[in-house]
This record gives sequence, C-alpha cells and structure tokens, in this order.
Amino acid sequence: MKFTVSWLKEHLETEADLATIVERLTAIGLEVEGVDDPAEKLAPFTVAEVLTAERHPQADKLQVLTVDAGTGEAIQVVCGAPNARAGMKGVFGAPGAYVPGSDLTLKVAAIRGVESRGMMCSVRELELGDEHDGIIELPADAPVGARYAQWAGLDDPAIDVSVTPNRQDCMGVHGIARDLAAAGLGRLKPIEAEAVAERFPCPVEIRIEDEEGCPAFYGRVVRGVRNGPSPRWLQQRLKAVGQRPISALVDMTNYIMLSYGRPLHVYDLAKLEGAVTARRARDGETVTALNGKTYTLDPTMTVIADAAEVHDIGGIMGGEHSGVTEATTDILIECAYFDPERIALTGQKLGLASDARSRFERGVDPAFLDTGLALATAMAIALAGGEASATVRAGRPPLADKTVDYRPSRARTLGGIDVAEPRQQDILERLGFTVETGEPWRIGVPSWRRDVDGWADIVEEVARIEGYDRVEATPLPRAAGVARPTATPEQRVERKLRRTAAARGLNEAVTWSFVGEAEAAPFGGARWVLENPISEEMKAMRPSLLPGLLAAARRNLARGASGVRLFEIGRRYLAEGERPTLGLVLVGEAERRDWRQGRGRGFDAFDAKAEAVALLAAAGVRVDNLQALAPASAVYHPGRSARLCLGPKTVLAEYGELHPALLRAFDLSGPAVAAEIFLDAAPPKRASGHRRDAYAPPALQAVTRDFAFLLAEGTPAEALLRAVRGADKQAIAGVALFDVFTGAGVPEGEKSLAVEVTLQPGERSFTEEELKAISEQIVAAAAKAGARLRD
Amino acid sequence: MADLDQLLARIGAAADVQALEAERVAALGKQGAVTALLKSLGSMTAEARQSEGPRIHALRERVGEAIAARRAALEAAALERRLATETLDMTLPVGAGQEGSVHPVSQVMDELAEIFADLGFAVATGPEIEDDWRNFTALNIPESHPARAMHDTFYFPDRDAEGRRMLLRTHTSPVQIRTMQTQKPPLYIIAPGRTYRSDSDSTHTPMFHQVEGLVIDRGIHLGHLKWTLETFLKAFFERDDIVLRLRPSYFPFTEPSAEVDVGYTMVKGRRVLGGSDGWMELLGSGMVHPRVIAHCGLDPDEWQGFAFGCGIDRLAMLKYGMDDLRAFFDGDLRWLRHYGFSALDVPTLSGGVGA
Repeated sequence: MKFTVSWLKEHLETEADLATIVERLTAIGLEVEGVDDPAEKLAPFTVAEVLTAERHPQADKLQVLTVDAGTGEAIQVVCGAPNARAGMKGVFGAPGAYVPGSDLTLKVAAIRGVESRGMMCSVRELELGDEHDGIIELPADAPVGARYAQWAGLDDPAIDVSVTPNRQDCMGVHGIARDLAAAGLGRLKPIEAEAVAERFPCPVEIRIEDEEGCPAFYGRVVRGVRNGPSPRWLQQRLKAVGQRPISALVDMTNYIMLSYGRPLHVYDLAKLEGAVTARRARDGETVTALNGKTYTLDPTMTVIADAAEVHDIGGIMGGEHSGVTEATTDILIECAYFDPERIALTGQKLGLASDARSRFERGVDPAFLDTGLALATAMAIALAGGEASATVRAGRPPLADKTVDYRPSRARTLGGIDVAEPRQQDILERLGFTVETGEPWRIGVPSWRRDVDGWADIVEEVARIEGYDRVEATPLPRAAGVARPTATPEQRVERKLRRTAAARGLNEAVTWSFVGEAEAAPFGGARWVLENPISEEMKAMRPSLLPGLLAAARRNLARGASGVRLFEIGRRYLAEGERPTLGLVLVGEAERRDWRQGRGRGFDAFDAKAEAVALLAAAGVRVDNLQALAPASAVYHPGRSARLCLGPKTVLAEYGELHPALLRAFDLSGPAVAAEIFLDAAPPKRASGHRRDAYAPPALQAVTRDFAFLLAEGTPAEALLRAVRGADKQAIAGVALFDVFTGAGVPEGEKSLAVEVTLQPGERSFTEEELKAISEQIVAAAAKAGARLRD
Repeated sequence: MADLDQLLARIGAAADVQALEAERVAALGKQGAVTALLKSLGSMTAEARQSEGPRIHALRERVGEAIAARRAALEAAALERRLATETLDMTLPVGAGQEGSVHPVSQVMDELAEIFADLGFAVATGPEIEDDWRNFTALNIPESHPARAMHDTFYFPDRDAEGRRMLLRTHTSPVQIRTMQTQKPPLYIIAPGRTYRSDSDSTHTPMFHQVEGLVIDRGIHLGHLKWTLETFLKAFFERDDIVLRLRPSYFPFTEPSAEVDVGYTMVKGRRVLGGSDGWMELLGSGMVHPRVIAHCGLDPDEWQGFAFGCGIDRLAMLKYGMDDLRAFFDGDLRWLRHYGFSALDVPTLSGGVGA
C-alpha cells in the first residue's frame, strides 16, 4: 500500500516530519518497505532565468548562457538545448549537484574552451519523464531561486507500507491515518461525505441472487457525465503511488479505494441491458476483464451480470465491455460487499490479483457502503459533471455488533508491558473501539476491524500502539542445577552417525526431498507425488536417498572430482510413513594413484560394507551378530550386494555395487557402490546406566593358530567364520580371515579360506593336549559348515 | 709388558671385525698368548700363583675390554656408514587421509539444540507430509484465508482417513500442534526440520530448513519471548552486542505477533550482526493464539506461551558467510569441504557453539 505524505495529511492533522512518520508506521506494525522522496534527489535544483544566450564561439550547436539562479550573480553555462533562449525560465543545477537521469555530478568545466558553471536540465535528466528534446521550460511567474521540487509540487514523498493480511482497514490512507493518530502523531480528520442531491429515481434495477457471495449491492446512476482525463493533482497523486491515470471516472474509483480501502466499480450505463444482478457464474461462462484477458468462470464464483452477460468478476475485476470510456455519458456506480472467503477462492482459482481483490478478501468495512457510495458520487460529479439518481440498495451488509471481554491486566500478563488503564482506554478509543470499563471491560469492536475478536487481539492493539520497545526482556523460569540433557535416543544416534560418517571421510550433503518420478521408479516408485510440483524433476517424494546422492555424485564427477564419498541423513517417504535413513554413495576412485601405493583403486562393494558396518557399530548395533544376506534390493548388482540383518526379518542396512542399469539411468560410468542404513530398524539400545561390565585384562598371553579350509565356492565365508567362532566360545577370542584363494592347488569349484584363530587362556596356560583338543573342535565345527582342513 | 701394550695397540687399530677377531683368537683363543699365560698358572708354585694369578687375570680382563670397546666402535662406525646410505626425500608429500565434513545445516541444528538445551528446550520432530488441518486450520488459518494462499503450498492428491488434504508442510509450526496434542504442558521445545514452499528464485528454494520454538506454560508473556530470542541469538552468534527490534506483525497463529529484526553494522561492505546501524528481518514470533491452544485441547485461560520460527539456512548464512542458498542443496564437494565442519567440531557450551 503506497501513499504520499500530502495524501496522508488530508486525513491526519499532523506536524510530524517524514522520518517520524516512517519510524512510527514501522513501530505500530505498518512496515515501511520503501520511501520515494523525489524532493531529495531534486534538492539541488532551483528555478533560474536565462539572461543572455549567445552562440558558442567554437561550436554551432552550443550556446553560452548567463543564468540568474537567484544567487545574485550571473552564472555562465554552456548549453546544447535548442530551446534555450534569453528570457526563458528553467531548472538549474550548480556544480556539485548530482544529476540522477545522467548519473553524473556537475562540476565546473570548460566546454570547447568556454567555462561552464552548471547546467540547465531536461526532463529526462531529472528523471521526471522521457523527453529530452530541450531543457525544461517553466512559466514566466516561476520564482527565480526557488527550489524547483517545492515550487513544482514534486516534494511529496511516497511511502510504501506492507499491510498484513489482517488489516483491511489500512488498505486505505484513512485507516493508516487513524493508526498514526492513535500512536500520537496527530488528529484523525473526520470523513466528510457531502450528500449529493437525488435528482431522479435510479433507472436500473439491482438484484441479488447470490446472497452468500454478495450480501449487499448498492448502486447509483450519474447522468450526463463527460469523462475526460482527470485533473493534474489527481493524476500526479496516482502516479506517485504507482497507479496509471486512465480517465476521470476510473481515477475516481481508484482514488476512493486508495483513500478509504473501499473498492468500487463504474459501469457505462449504455452498455447494460435490463436488471443488474449479483449471481453465481454459470459453468463455462466467460468474461473479458479490464486487463484484456478472458476468464472462464464456474458456479463457485460470484459475478455481476445483466440480462445479456457477465460484466464484473464480483469484487475482483470489471469487464471490458461495460467499462467507461470517453464516450460514456451515464454511469452506474457499484458499491457492494463481497464475501471475503469467496473472493479469495475465486481469485486463487483464476490466478487473478487486483487491488479490489486484495481488499475484498481481507474484508472491507461493511458499514462503509453508503459513505463510500456518497463519496464516489460526489467526486464523480465534481470531476465529470452530471446529476445523481437516488441510491438503490439490494441486500444488507453483514454488520454485527462485536464486543470482547477484556481485562486490562492482560496487557501485563500476555503482552509483558505495563500500561495504565486510562492510557489503554485512550489507545482503544483512538483506534475506534468503544470501551465500557468494568469487571471485565466490554470492548466494542469497530466495523472495520474484522480481525479483532478476542482479548489477545486487544492486548496486541494496546501493546503495538504503546510500543513493543517498551516490552522488557524477562528471563524464562530456569530449573535449578545444570541443564538436563534433552536429546532423545534417536537424536543421539543420528548425531553419532553423522559425525562418524564425517570422521570416516564422507561428506554430508543435503539433497532435495523430491525427485523425478522416473528416478524414483527403480526404487519401487514414489508413494507421494505432488499435485503442483515446481518441475518434473521435483515431483515425487523420494523413496530412497540414493537418487539425490547419485545425481550429486554425477555433478561432482562432471566438475572433475575423481572420487566422491557423499552421505545424507534424511527421510524416505513411504506409504507407511517417513523413515529416517542414512544413505551413502561411493563413486569413482577409492584411492588415488600415489607415489607410495602406485595405481589408484576404484570403490568396490566391500568399501560400502565397511562403511555400513562401521556406522551400524556407531549406532550401537552388535555387529558381530549381523548377518549379510544376499541380495539387496533390485537397484543393486544381484551378485554383489546384501542386506545386513539381525535375524531374517530385521533389515538394518543394504549395501553393495549398484546395478549397471541404474548407473546407466543416472548417467554414471562405474564403479559406484552405495549403502542405506535404516535408522528406525535398529533395535533401541538398552539403557544400562553408565557402569560397564567388570573387566580386567587377562594375565596370560593369547596364542594364535592358523587353519586353512577348503569349502564349496558358493558357501558364504560368514558360515565358516561363525562355525569357527562357535567351536569353543570360552577359549576363542577372535577369528580373522586372512586369505581367500582359488586356483592352483584348490580343487575346481572350491575355495580356500585361511583364518587365524586367537585363543585366550584363562587362569593357566593351555597344555598341548588342550590346544590339540580345541583345534579338533574347530575342525569339526568347520566340517559341519561344509569345510574341510586343507592338507 | 711391552707385549701387552703392543697387543692393545693392535686391537685398537683393528681395521674391521675380521681383523679384531684374529687378534682375539691370537690373544684369547685356545692357542692364544693370554690363554697360554692362564694355562701356565697350573704349573706354578703356590707362591708364584699368588703373585702371578691376579696379574694374569687382570691382563686377560684388559684385553677382553679392549676387544669389546673396539668391537662397539667398529659396529657404531658400520651403522653410521649404513645410515649414511639410507636417506629418503623427506619432502615427499603425504596424503591427508579422507577428510569428511558435516553439512552447515546439520551443524547449525546441533548448535541450536545445544543452546536451547541449556534453556531447557527439547528437540521435537514431526512429519514433513502433513495434513492441511495441522498445517493451517489448527493454526488458525482457515481455508480461503489469504495467508493460506500466501504460503505457496505443495499439495498431494491424497487425503487422510479424516478427509484432510495432504501437503508438504510449509513451516515447522504443525509440530507445535502435534506437541500440544500429545504432551502435557509445561512445554519447552524447538523443532528444526525441512519445510517446503513452491517458490524458486535466487534467494528461495522449494525446500528449506526452519526451526520452530514453542513454550507453553503458566504466566509466559511477550517479555519472555524477547528475552529468549535475545539470549538465543547472543549465544548463537557469540556476540553480546546483538540488538533486537520487535515489530508488530501478523501471523494467524499468534496474537500478539511480532516480526523480529536484528541490528547489524556495515563492516567492509558486508552486513555484520551486532550493533544497530540497520535492521534485517530475521524471524517471526508471537504469543500462541488462544484459539490454537484450544484447538489442541488445552485451556487457553490456564496455559499460554510463545512461538517463533526462523530459517536455519539463513542463520547459517549469517553466521558463516555463505551467500548462495541454492548451493546448500547441490552437494558440490568443493562447497561442502569449504563450508562444512569437521566431525570433531561438536558444538558444546564450554567449547563454544560456533566452529
């Protein structure tokens, strides 16, 4: 909402300067977004008279002027304007003045050998318009030496305030003036709507068929108007706030709307046929609006129509057909009340924003229809002549006497601000509320404050006018002692995983929660697909973290990265809910070529496994109990991937090499491996207090024994390791696989696995017999797993 | 004794281990000169042995010591010669190991959790796929409310069992509703998380991060809100000269509502928080609307409190100096390494919440 200071002063009697007005506006909740003060940039320019004009000795197109700028001396100026001549008055800028239209600061200069001490300016140079064919010519009575901006009436700063959606009353200058008056900036001037004589009965019938959408429709005809351009003061005012002057009658409606927040519409009576009706649109009905666009309507929308067609998308935008033109002689002024909810829905549906909509959807003052119509009629006649009919009124605006019970102590207990009761009463009354003090107070809410309906609203009114800066910071109550930990077990696991992953050399990314449907498809498809996505690539809620990470990996490779290790902790969006997940991708080189190691090494599935196992360990999972069951889901290589499970049902993670088809879809050339850890699948760690199990390092040294086993190539190593580990739970402290071999010496279809078993003696050392017995147990256990000792 | 001096001289001059060994054999070997002397003791008279014995033993000892000393010297010299050949170019570079990083958004979330834990706030979460009742209606934003349209909401075609329209939450405020519905006051929570709006330009991304704060207790007023935000921002930016300006504003779910500006100073052409040369909008806040409290089944005459919401990405940018929001979600390793945090940069109150 934009307005000028002079406009404001028509509604507010005030001595306040611009800075004070701006400061108060923001302080009471009308945030100033910008101030456009043309006087500021025009400040150095004064009215001057050209005393003499001579041809420049060195240049045909230049003249040497002497100028009287009221300084008492004749100033020499070199000027190229063809219209410069002795005796004319214009606008002068002295050295030091900044010329906004040319973006330069004037200085004393010699132009073709003749000194020039300033400049006579054109319209464009002062950013007052586009003309540049000569310097500004002022009338003869312009006072020499006067500040040009003041003299020309260009010293009216425009203030742009952002009006929050609850404050329809401040969508007009009058409402803003009321707020400022309440905030102590002056006196609100009453609205003076002169009664316009009713010269004849209204010749148009006005009807309401849609009482819900348009509960009230008032109208009045003005006969015999001449609709030319509006006067200069009105055009200037509209331009200053960014409105385009159109014609006297249209400008009138805009002026009333901006002054009072009251939208109106003016029809050319000659274009209307029969009764004018507020009704629902018929399905498929169309109207070409004043913006030149044609809209297709439906029966949820309220329109104003005559016997023939729709003339107005009620409360949003008028129709082109019945709009007023220069040829218009008779008009119908519409002043209606439209239902805010319906206006909002219609506006959203049509994607049509307008000044009228922004007011009606906030809810205009339902008690202002008669006054608004009277102001409009008077102004129409003042600008365009003619005589007015009687007012016709269909329906009744939704006027309700609203009262709120209020205890003035609430200003303290909710608003945190002490305001004396008489002061509170004064604030409320200045804002237009009525106050009946008592126990509690009964506050009458003015018709223009649709937003106020409870005591908390009253607290806000008091607090904002009194000033939020008076609210004193008050410490929250604080529990005794050191602050307690607040993180939940899930939050602690997530933090631990994040920092473990980062410590292991992975970089955390945050990727979009949405992906393309095609990207989601290999992951089982997306359960949640947006109705109004921003693009096809951001349409489906990701069923996995991998698509986003793979896309990020591809971008990194394209930028020249050799190895990419990315992880993300976020949610997968599934039918059964949002699942916290850690996803990681390892793409490209695991190790770069290096003078110590020689060639580089690409990532393989075991790199992904190493991360998955380490992260699960960090999450508190007993990784010794994990089983790797092949294969993982279909996005992985079927032979080079597995699920990490606790029992066959609880899948904690998946890892492996990604399926070549998936890599192709993501435009990645391998190797690329990945893992996903399903954070919600991990069993919660048992709370066991801080105390650890009792432990003393064993006194005797452990011994190791190596075994090489042969077993079928398809048998998982885990089966053998598990068997060996279980052969003597007391003595065997560790089993490490140190060699996997197939080839010479190993029968076809078999593999050799060599393990080092660590045996930990207890109270006394193992005897040879005991060691032998344990070895035999190990071999026997391995045999059960299908392995035999290699000779 | 001239013999002995000569022997010792030869030992001391032995050029290498082999020459020294030859001298040892010549002196102490089975046929050695010193050995012969020792053997001669057996054939001596008791008196002669008494006088000769110690002398001969001392002789043997001196020879033995001389040999050991020479051997040690020869070995040390040999080691030195070997080491002299074993040089490496110690300027050869070594790898730094894989350096991982924590995303700034996560780091800031941890910082927030740490600061607010000290103030007694727990961290709450809620779903990102919400229903329109919790995202709007319960927050006092009825259908067709202009504020609802202003939210640029992403919708799903789905409805929940109660017929509520499903959407991507446009703010973290529905977590307020969920918390008030499921927990008994007093409530002190922050709720960080992803939020979504159908908005995409140089300063807006369709997904972003917000943190919600909520206090519901007895006797909480606007002054507590002001203190909490001041305390939080001073701790977060680790500056004591943070100045806040509360401006009346409008959010349907708070009454009174306040937009919070934070003061800045211009330092080398950049806005630096602290001081009050100018103001920038930082967060929205207010006293929870009595209607919202009632929607959640609490008695607004007994319970009241405040709520605030703030962009986490923006907090990160203001604190750590990134200037492009879009880069947050690109996963560019170069950016992650530059603006990311080490795993060990865990924010703590004693060590500071900034890294």
